[in-house]
Amino acid sequence: MIIIGEKLNTSRKSIEEAVNKRDAAFIAKVARDQAEAGAHYIDVNAGTFMDEEVDYLCWLVETVQGEVDLPLCLDSPNPKALSEAIKKHKGEPMINSISLEEDRFHSLLPIITSQPCHVVALCMGQTSMPTTIEERVEVGSELIKKLTKEGIPLEKIYVDPLVLPVSVDTSMGVAALGAIHKIMNDFPGVNTICGLSNISFGLPERRLINRNFLALCIAYNLSAVILDPLDKQLMSTLLTLEMLLGRDEYCGNFIDAYQSGRIVGN
Amino acid sequence: MNEFEALAQAVIKGDIKTAVAETQRALDGGSEAKSILDKGLIAAMDEVGDRYSKGLIFVPQMLRSAKTMQECMKLLQPLFQEGDVTSKGKVLIGTVKGDLHDIGKNLVGMMMGGAGFDITDLGVDIPPEKFVQKIQELEPDIVCMSALLSTTMPSMSRTIEAMQKAGVRDKVKVMIGGAPVTEKYAREIKADSYASDAGSAVSKAKELLGAL
Repeated sequence: MIIIGEKLNTSRKSIEEAVNKRDAAFIAKVARDQAEAGAHYIDVNAGTFMDEEVDYLCWLVETVQGEVDLPLCLDSPNPKALSEAIKKHKGEPMINSISLEEDRFHSLLPIITSQPCHVVALCMGQTSMPTTIEERVEVGSELIKKLTKEGIPLEKIYVDPLVLPVSVDTSMGVAALGAIHKIMNDFPGVNTICGLSNISFGLPERRLINRNFLALCIAYNLSAVILDPLDKQLMSTLLTLEMLLGRDEYCGNFIDAYQSGRIVGN
Repeated sequence: MNEFEALAQAVIKGDIKTAVAETQRALDGGSEAKSILDKGLIAAMDEVGDRYSKGLIFVPQMLRSAKTMQECMKLLQPLFQEGDVTSKGKVLIGTVKGDLHDIGKNLVGMMMGGAGFDITDLGVDIPPEKFVQKIQELEPDIVCMSALLSTTMPSMSRTIEAMQKAGVRDKVKVMIGGAPVTEKYAREIKADSYASDAGSAVSKAKELLGAL
């Protein structure tokens, strides 16, 4: 499972303050903590700054990569912010995200083909959000075809099935899970990715819901996830599930995590 | 909540069967459709919105109450005469250009409908000129705009500009909302109001109309 650490997002109050003050030490620590907790990518998102997003995102890229030797997930729907941030990035970033929406697709395409990178393909249709499994798979397949045609290798594409709240429609959990399963089956080598918090919007005990949704995603073959790696209960669930599904040789990751105090039992 | 207490409680609980039966009972007992609507259904939905805003109930409960109200309305609707004032005000709602997200917008529209406003939902990805055209056509009291992306928030500002150019800005109140939207942003783009959730959208709408 590829883990993208989600904490460096300016929609979090403490992060927004730190970014606003250009508090590099604070940002570096949050990045370092996530790396030590097992993140493979560090997500950076400065979306709340709107007009200044470009500058702040670039600053985040330099600050985080000055601290940890990891690739970043450049998280923005804004082509301008992405095209500047990708230039500052060392190594291959993950771009989050492209979708079938016409403007978004065409403005992001030159950016993601300008240099090697991984790309999140969000199952958002041209004119509407998919609701069923079939609609998600259709949008996802279309994106995969378009992106591979542009020369992006299958294994660098991460299809996001579009997770919507079960509070609004109780079939939304199954819709996302079914799409993950089908896309992984239909396109061997491709990745699937999602965040966990959308699923629990409008409900109490959101962390409990998110954690159990993660367990289901793992069972349905999700290959990458955007989460808070400092959430010990969540990471314990992830490591346990990976082990139980035969994806952890000699139970090594689980035992390592236990021995370094990162597993919580109950 | 007086004489319609049982009805109101059934709507708050989202108990369709009891609520419909209570509505019928009230009608059979000679109550007017208008007072059943105002003192029973709308009063109940006000309570639901208030509880939601306070975090005491959750989205599915709100949806269930709204559904219950709709079922009761099926009994009342045919009884309203042409010209009966059943609306608290006319509201135009839509997700702005470039944005396809509709969950928040739908919840707001639903709760405003529950509060007795007359809702016209334009849908998603609505360009400024479409808002303007619909304002001219329907003459709403309030225009609600939703955006979920920081990149589509500027569409709100552009829509307000388009309303100014067309000379209709002063004829309506503008309310905005959506995950990245803030009170501060509402002030910056000269919207009249910002609502953080579906429950508070209703109370803000009432405030706005008080100020009309």
